[in-house]
Amino acid sequence: MDKERVHNLLFVGVVVVTGVVVENTYLLQVMTFIGINTLLALGLNMLMGYAGQVSLGHGAFYGIGAYATAYLSGTLGISPWLALVCAIFLAVGVAFVVGRPTLKLSGYYLGMGTLGFGMIVHILFREAGSITGGASGFVGIPMLTLGPLLFEGGQSYFYLVWAVVFGAIFLCRRILDSKTGRALAAIHGRENAAVALGVDAHSLKLTVFMFSAALGAVAGFLYAHFVLFISPDSFGFMASVKMVTMVVIGGMASVWGALIGAVVITLLPEVLHGFADHEMIVFGLILMGVMIVMPQGLTKGVMERYARYKKRA
Amino acid sequence: MEDLLQYLFSGISIGSVYAVVAIGLSMLYRSTELINFAHGEFAMFGAMGLVTLWGQLKLPLPLAFVLTVAGVSMVGILFERFAIRPVKDPHPISLVIITVGASIVFRGVAMVVWGKDPVAVPSFSSHGSIEIAGAVIVPQSLYIVAAALVLAGSLHLFFRYTLQGKAMTACAVNKKAAWLTGIPSSRMGLFAVLISSGSGAIAGIFIAPVTMNTYDMGTMLGLKGFCAAMIGGLGSLWGAFAGGLLLGILECFGAGLISSGCKDAIAFVLLLLILYLCPGGLFAQKQADRF
Repeated sequence: MDKERVHNLLFVGVVVVTGVVVENTYLLQVMTFIGINTLLALGLNMLMGYAGQVSLGHGAFYGIGAYATAYLSGTLGISPWLALVCAIFLAVGVAFVVGRPTLKLSGYYLGMGTLGFGMIVHILFREAGSITGGASGFVGIPMLTLGPLLFEGGQSYFYLVWAVVFGAIFLCRRILDSKTGRALAAIHGRENAAVALGVDAHSLKLTVFMFSAALGAVAGFLYAHFVLFISPDSFGFMASVKMVTMVVIGGMASVWGALIGAVVITLLPEVLHGFADHEMIVFGLILMGVMIVMPQGLTKGVMERYARYKKRA
Repeated sequence: MEDLLQYLFSGISIGSVYAVVAIGLSMLYRSTELINFAHGEFAMFGAMGLVTLWGQLKLPLPLAFVLTVAGVSMVGILFERFAIRPVKDPHPISLVIITVGASIVFRGVAMVVWGKDPVAVPSFSSHGSIEIAGAVIVPQSLYIVAAALVLAGSLHLFFRYTLQGKAMTACAVNKKAAWLTGIPSSRMGLFAVLISSGSGAIAGIFIAPVTMNTYDMGTMLGLKGFCAAMIGGLGSLWGAFAGGLLLGILECFGAGLISSGCKDAIAFVLLLLILYLCPGGLFAQKQADRF
């Protein structure tokens, strides 16, 4: 058996066993959120880690997915699954329109451009009250059903989310192993050289941007039908920053890094609840500390440290 | 007509605050190529410092002003010393996350110290408001505009005529060449942080009497400051000043003529337009490096 298949089997095994063993609803809920965040981190990781493009506005796509399904299935009464398709198309369309001019920028300028886009979408969510429910949020999102199956939180939703995560990881690895993935690696190595070899860098970046937007929309869809209530604050600047943090903390350009980043950033606030008022301070300090000590992220940082330790011992 | 004049006056007043925030960001970027996402929090500390020292402890205003600016500058220097400088091989994304982390820490500290409820301070003077052609100007607005002008003017003189300022400009142009001529570039970086956090504090101090001061007021202020700095061209002193004024005026007209809800969006729409059309800022002489 090759290494990839072992990883996949291990992953499925851990998920299935966890779902069976854990009965505590709180824990299941936290792990469902980890899954949703993993989807977000996976999409952004493709963009940041492989295409080398920063986005400080990805919360917008997360929100577009959530609000699209909320409006279509909640207000208009369309089947959520059809709403999912519409949400993905909408997010990809927006990504295309916004990405075309924005991805011509680079460095800090790209960061600022995507930040501006994210803020505009966030303000739209807040101001378009007749569709989104405004600042007080959107109530009345239906639960997901599939034939006789009802996904009403707990175990069933846990499995649904992690099945999607598994599919997304699989898809990402396939893409990275394909011609597109090699072209991406070439761009990341040296863009000019890649362009000279005939890689259309701009359209490739745009494609990855659209792909990550689609994953963001799927995550938003799963989030909306899980918590059944959404408000603009979940998709603002801090949400976008949290996504970037998951990618960087976990370690860029690594599919498993995205998973680790999502686990750390989702669990940290839960663990820090004990600090009550000091929660924010401790969270910020940990964030800074990790970045100062291990700028390449936890995955690579810890592995390097372990290797050095082994050499010494 | 009176309405339009009123929008213009309010715009100039709030625009001056954006200008001061933008100047702080822009000057730091110029010398260190660092975009500080915690800059808005320096302004918040400035406002909160004034609330405590002047509003609650009743210190004389000038003393409270000096102490607040000095205190916030100290925080800025500690931040540079312990969070920015130790990073080896700094990648822009890691630096962004470090400064975002710092902004969360600063907000957390402010929440613990000053609580979650908004706090207010009275205006600097008890003069009545002035009326010009039907539009009202509160004295605090005049102080804000004056403070912005004095700050930008003195920074201009500092960069143009003092050895220290010229050395900083040299560092901004080419760090290595500056170092070769004997300019201690790391000390210049520290100086830039001092100027940046100090001017952030000044912005907060002057805005404190006319706004609700909360622990999270800095985020939006900082982001608007970015937009202003980008509009004027990142790294340019008077560009940041003009960008701030323009942003403030457009915001007030937008809030008055369109809707108050879309006020916050104007800054970001402007930001995108600038990035797409002339990324070097409105006053750029040539196409800026988009590195």
